Amino acid sequence: MATMIDSLVTFPRHQRATVASIDWDRLAVPEARRLRELGFDEGVGVEVLHRARLGSGPIACRIGRMTVALRRTVAAAISVSVRS
Amino acid sequence: MTPAPLVALVGNPNAGKSALFNALTGARQKVGNYPGVTVERHSGRLALDDGRPVELVDLPGTYSLDPASADERVTCDVVTGRGGYERLPDAIVIVVDAANLDNHLRFALQLLALGLPVVVALNMIDLAERDGLTLDAAVLERELGVPVIPTVAVRRRGLDDLRAALTGIVGGSAVRHLPPSDGVVEDIVTLQRRARTIAHAAVVAETPGRRWGHMLDSVALHPVFGPLLLLALLFVMFQAVFAWSEAPIGWIEDGFKLLEAGVAGLMPDGVLRSLITDGLIAGVGAVIVFLPQILILFLFILVLEATGYMVRAAFLMDRMMARVGLSGRAFIPLLSSFACAVPGIMATRTIDDEKDRLTTILIAPLMTCSARLPVYTIIIGAFIPDRTIGGWIGLQGLVLLGLYVMGILGAFVAALLLRRTVTKGASSGFMMEMPKYQLPLWRDVALGLWTRTVIFLKRAGTIIALTTVVLWALLSFPKPPAGSGISPVDYSVAGRIAGGLETVVRPIGFNRDIALALIPAMAAREVAVAAIGTVYAIDDPEAEGGQKAITENLRNRWSLPTALAFLMWFVFAPQCISTIAVTRRETNGWRWPAFMVGYLFAAAYIMAGITYWLAVAVGL
Repeated sequence: MATMIDSLVTFPRHQRATVASIDWDRLAVPEARRLRELGFDEGVGVEVLHRARLGSGPIACRIGRMTVALRRTVAAAISVSVRS
Repeated sequence: MTPAPLVALVGNPNAGKSALFNALTGARQKVGNYPGVTVERHSGRLALDDGRPVELVDLPGTYSLDPASADERVTCDVVTGRGGYERLPDAIVIVVDAANLDNHLRFALQLLALGLPVVVALNMIDLAERDGLTLDAAVLERELGVPVIPTVAVRRRGLDDLRAALTGIVGGSAVRHLPPSDGVVEDIVTLQRRARTIAHAAVVAETPGRRWGHMLDSVALHPVFGPLLLLALLFVMFQAVFAWSEAPIGWIEDGFKLLEAGVAGLMPDGVLRSLITDGLIAGVGAVIVFLPQILILFLFILVLEATGYMVRAAFLMDRMMARVGLSGRAFIPLLSSFACAVPGIMATRTIDDEKDRLTTILIAPLMTCSARLPVYTIIIGAFIPDRTIGGWIGLQGLVLLGLYVMGILGAFVAALLLRRTVTKGASSGFMMEMPKYQLPLWRDVALGLWTRTVIFLKRAGTIIALTTVVLWALLSFPKPPAGSGISPVDYSVAGRIAGGLETVVRPIGFNRDIALALIPAMAAREVAVAAIGTVYAIDDPEAEGGQKAITENLRNRWSLPTALAFLMWFVFAPQCISTIAVTRRETNGWRWPAFMVGYLFAAAYIMAGITYWLAVAVGL
C-alpha cells in the first residue's frame, strides 16, 4: 500500500483517507476533547468535503457518517494517509 | 403521595430527542435541525400502557458525561442526580441517530454504564434507510443488553413499541446504584472503538446512498456561491417582510377601524370613550398590524432552522466571526436573535467558552429583533418613498436591510472592542457537527408560527396595552383650560416629563414626540409606535385613526434627519425589559445587564447624533 501522509488542511478534496495520527499536544484541552467526542481517532476514515475559502476559514469533512466543521488550526494537527 | 416515576430522554445533539418528547407527551417543544435547539430541561406527562403516569424530561443533547457547556451540564446533572435535581431518573431513553451509530453509540455506552434501566430509541431510521443503510435492531439489542426500538419521532412511528418497552422497565427492577467512578468509567477513545465495532455488527447492508446532501453543500458551502446564497436568502427575507405583508396588514387595519367606529357609535363622547378609542384601540392596534410582518420573518428563520441550513451559515460566517474574536457557533444564537433576543441569549448556552458566551450575550441585542420591525416600518413607510430601483428592488426593503446591516456591523465592532477589554481571552475555536439536510415539517413550522402569534398577542394584550393606557392617562390629564390654545399633549403630565427629557435628546435631533415615546418604549420597543399613535390621537381627536393618520402626522411634524436619527437610535438602544431580565438570569447578576444597558444607550445616543448632524449637513 502506497501511503502519502498529509495534513487534513492540504489534503485533496473528495479523496478517501485514513487518520494516520493526531498531534493532541497541539490542541487545547477542550478542543482535543471535542475532537475525540466527534469521533476523530487514529485509523478512522475521513474525507475533506469543503473548504470555506482559499487560505483560511473552516473545513468541512466527513468522519464516519457525520459531517463535521473544524478550523484549520485544528485540522493542521490531524495527519491523514490515502486509503488504498 | 409518591411522585410519578421520572424518565429522561438523553442522547447526542440533534438525535431527535425533542421531536420524540413532543410525540410522546403531546407537548410543543421547539424542534429544529441543528445541534443545540434545546438548552433547558423540559418536562411533560406520559401514561404507560398499564395506566401508570410517568414524568418525562427532555434534556439538551450532549456528546459525553463530561460537560463542556452550560446546556450540557444540565443533562449531566440530571442523569447523575447532581446539581440540585432531587432525584435520579427511574429510567432513561437513550435516543440515537440510526444514521450515525458510530458516534451516538459511544455516548450510549457511557450512559449504559450508569446502571439505570434503559431503552434505546433507534431514531430517524427512515433517514438511515434513505442513506442506504439497513440496520438490525436485534443485533444492537444483543450487544447492548437493553431493548432497542426503531422509531421515527417526527412521523410518530415506533411510539407504541417504545411505550411498551418503557412499561416493562419502569419500576420493574430493584433500585440500582451508580458506579463509584461517577459514570466516566472508560476513556472516550476506548468507548468509541467499542461503539464502532457494535455499529459495524448492526449494519446489515450499506449502499452508497443518495448524496444529494453533499450536492447541496457543494453550493451552500462553496467559497464564492455559498456567501452569495446566504446574502441572497437574507435579502429575499427582508423584501418579503414588506412585499407579502401588505394585504394582511390592510385586513387588520380595516378590522380595527370597524372596531373603533363600533365603539364610538356605542358610547357617548367622554373620557372613557377616549380611553378606549384613543388609548387602547389606537395604541394596541398600531402594534398588532405588524403581526403579519413578524410572522413572515419567523417563517424564514424557522425554515432555515428546520432544513439544517443554520449550521452551514455558521460555517460560512466563522472566518468573519473569528476576526472579532468569536466563532461561527455564535452565529446561530445571533441569527435567531433576529426573531427575538430572549431565545437568542438562551441559545448562547451551547457556546463552550465563558468569555465567548458573555460576548455573544452582550451583542445579541444589536441583532435587529422583530419588535423593532413596527418602529422601522412606520418610519420607513412615512419617510422613504415607495418606489423600486432597477425595476424590482424595493427602496423601502433596501433601507430596512440597511438597518439590519447597521445592527450587524455595530455588533461586530462591539464584539471586537469587548474581546479586547472586558471579555478578553483566547477564542474557543469552532468545531461543529453539520446536520443532514431535511425538508421542513410544515406542522412544526406552523406550530412555531402559532406559538409566536400567541406570544405576540399576549404581549399586545398585557404589557403593551398597559403601558399604552398609562401613557394615555398621563397624556390626557390635566386638560388645558378651554380656549387657551395650548396643545393638550404639552399641558399634560407626560408632556411636561417629555419636555424635560427633550432637553437631553434635542442635541441628537429628537423632538417632543420622540421623548414621549422613548420612556414607555423601555418596556418593549413596539410601544414606541403605540405611544406615537396615542399622542397623535389625543393631539388631534377629530382625525381618523390608523397607520395612515400616524404616517401623515409624522410627515408633517418630523424632519427627515430626525426620522433617520430615530431609526438609528432603535438600532442600538436596549429598550426591552425581557432582554435585560434574561441577561441577568444567564449571567447570574446585575453587573453584566447594567453594563449592556449602559454601553448600548451610549452607542444609541452617539450614533443617532452622528446620523442627525450628517443628514443636516448634507441638506436632507
